[in-house]
Amino acid sequence: MIKKEMIAMLLAGGQGSRLGVLTSKVAKPAVAFGGKYRIIDFPLSNCINSGIDTVGVLTQYQPLRLNTHIGIGIPWDLDRNHGGVTILSPYEQTGKSDWFTGTANAIYQNINYIDGLNPEYVLILGGDHIYKMDYEIMLEYHKANQADITMAAMPVPIEEASRFGVLITDETGRITDFQEKPKVPKSNLASMGIYIFTWPVLREALMTNKEVPGLDFGMHVIPYCHSRGDRVFCYEYNGYWKDVGTLYSYWESNMELIDLVPIFNLYEDYWKIYTKSDTLPPQYISADAQVERCIIGDATEIYGKVTGSVIGSSVTIEKDAVVYDSIIMEGAVIKAGARVYKAIIAENTVVGENATLGWGDYAESQYNKKVYCSDLVTIGENSVIPANVMVGKNTAISGVTVPEDYPNGYLPSGGYIIKAGEKE
Amino acid sequence: MKAVGIILAGGNNRRIRELSNKRAVAAMPVAGTYRSIDFALSNMSNSNIKRVAVLTQYNAKSLNEHLNSSKWWDFGRKQGGLYVFTPTLTVNNNNWFRGTADSLYQNLDFLKRSHEPYVVIASGDGIYKIDFNDVLKYHVEKRADVTIVCKEMNSGEDLARFGCIQKDEDGRITEFEEKPVVVRSNVISCGIYVVRRRLLIELLEVAASEDRYDFVKDVLIRYRNKKKIYAYMHEGYWNNISDLNAYFRTNMDFLKKDVRDYFFRQGEPICSKVDDLPPAKYNPGSYVKNSLISAGCIVNGQVENSVIFKKAFIGNNCIIRNSIILNDVYIADNCCIENCIVEAHSTLCANTNHVGTKDKIQIVIEENDRFVMS
Repeated sequence: MIKKEMIAMLLAGGQGSRLGVLTSKVAKPAVAFGGKYRIIDFPLSNCINSGIDTVGVLTQYQPLRLNTHIGIGIPWDLDRNHGGVTILSPYEQTGKSDWFTGTANAIYQNINYIDGLNPEYVLILGGDHIYKMDYEIMLEYHKANQADITMAAMPVPIEEASRFGVLITDETGRITDFQEKPKVPKSNLASMGIYIFTWPVLREALMTNKEVPGLDFGMHVIPYCHSRGDRVFCYEYNGYWKDVGTLYSYWESNMELIDLVPIFNLYEDYWKIYTKSDTLPPQYISADAQVERCIIGDATEIYGKVTGSVIGSSVTIEKDAVVYDSIIMEGAVIKAGARVYKAIIAENTVVGENATLGWGDYAESQYNKKVYCSDLVTIGENSVIPANVMVGKNTAISGVTVPEDYPNGYLPSGGYIIKAGEKE
Repeated sequence: MKAVGIILAGGNNRRIRELSNKRAVAAMPVAGTYRSIDFALSNMSNSNIKRVAVLTQYNAKSLNEHLNSSKWWDFGRKQGGLYVFTPTLTVNNNNWFRGTADSLYQNLDFLKRSHEPYVVIASGDGIYKIDFNDVLKYHVEKRADVTIVCKEMNSGEDLARFGCIQKDEDGRITEFEEKPVVVRSNVISCGIYVVRRRLLIELLEVAASEDRYDFVKDVLIRYRNKKKIYAYMHEGYWNNISDLNAYFRTNMDFLKKDVRDYFFRQGEPICSKVDDLPPAKYNPGSYVKNSLISAGCIVNGQVENSVIFKKAFIGNNCIIRNSIILNDVYIADNCCIENCIVEAHSTLCANTNHVGTKDKIQIVIEENDRFVMS
């Protein structure tokens, strides 16, 4: 059998709860991004572009959308006779059945998968970041250092470093100390959650620590390896890397794609981002439409005015509708005369005639202050907003809403309407 | 489906002028993201035809690139598949395909080794949607020997470029004239045929033994009185791209909502090779009216009543009006393009003007160095 030098394990089981109603029915890696992509397309495309053709995708939270998106991996050329993409979900075992309780625990539970491929190195990835990275260069670095573990890290402003795991290195790049979300960071190198392990090292560490509850790479495995004297190195990355973990950062990184010359450029030929896409016709911009400063997906029909927005595929924006600074995902319909300001509208949502979203002044969320803390109107998938209603800023709506849900036709800023969303 | 499919995609067509220098007609880009052959292939795939042969000859490079995997149309199964046949030298034969009947005859093995009782033959230059199961049902009901899919054209149309037919009340074809000088009927053949496989083999063998090579002239027209040839009237949209005007008009038809809805929002989808291009991007200064814009485009200027194919770049202050911009065209700042078709991969320098007229569409081919801004 052909030996695989390095395989990737992609952790895609997290909910991403800070994306609020966007992830109430799908895992965060399956959330749409940049008009036609989903977040997981970025690490998957990075893998194939880096020459890694074997990827285990670990799923747990709401995996349906993710599973259908990945399928057998055709869009990423990951449909292989040997290797390719494999979806790894939690499973029942004799005597015990566990969910994946932590990042490293998920890998531990799939040790058989890796053993079957017997790679020399294992690349551990998260499924929730937007970046382009050549993992092969990182592997070269790993080999050159004869490292046991290489962690990718990027310099961040020191005041933001306390949100991350911080790495402290010596002059050779070898890591001497870590701090997990420190109050006073000793360095500005933030861990990106991307690790290369020499497989026997990882295997031994997982077996030794298998009983640790919630076994996690950052909290347990890396400190364990470091304390026993393994060679742990830091690979410094200086490109674009964006954590889209909050609604605001998600919105912001979408908006960055619109810039005249975006920092994160999707239009480069040599590092393509692949995604599952049906053959779709071109988009149609009507004689009454006005489009400026936006990116628009295939098969979308625009009859209204769109400015500063990211519009997905097969969206309809009807006549006299106005969309400003918003993200509109696949299949959504913005009816005639509706006004949408600074909103995130998930798949297949319908915004009724003359409805107004994002009106008024900011107010603190009554629903969840941690998640909803910006101007954005966030609307979950398959929702319906009735005609003629007004919706304030920093609001959340999910489900099929009717005019009665809006007293005086108005949902004030900071408000929410969450309907227990069984589809009828 | 009890039929195999054959797509005749070998032809060149001088009537689409310089555009045919680069590619066979079947590979002509259509409607922004498609190639002409996608329509025949998708119709076959959607009708559950499992084995399809594409016969190519003239300048098939572009076509072969497009057909590089049968995945896109969901062929490539263990039961069935997509086969591309080009003329080859054999012990018995060292000719090119000398005509459509000859191209079928030279690939008679494909027909002989199939076990489906019927054959659907289609050309690669038709833009339409059809369920071949309906045609086959009609064929069987009429106990026809050959069924030709026909279309009643509007009277304003130039019919002399088609094969015109006359039929009796039952639908049986009584007259069939190819590219008539005097047009006596506005019912034309769409170049789509259903025929029993064994009969087709027989007809082709006879034609070959008599050194006759054209399927329409030497088989259909020649046998119109002896065999029962029926017309199946196709009601939906049909057009072919056999000359420059038709090509231009067919593309422009997709600016109409009913045409788009018919092809893309109703019924089965048309499939094509997926290019993995990013969404289209509209920069400050872009002004787009009544146009189709495809994936991968970057628009900085003005676009009106036009069809822009994939990956086009349109610079600042450009004016594109009533034109077709094919794949991967780079148009630098301050260009004005009106009533033109800009050939794929062209690069237009800044301040270039090309203005055709509505009656005389201009073809623009410009191969300049491209300075890609980054």
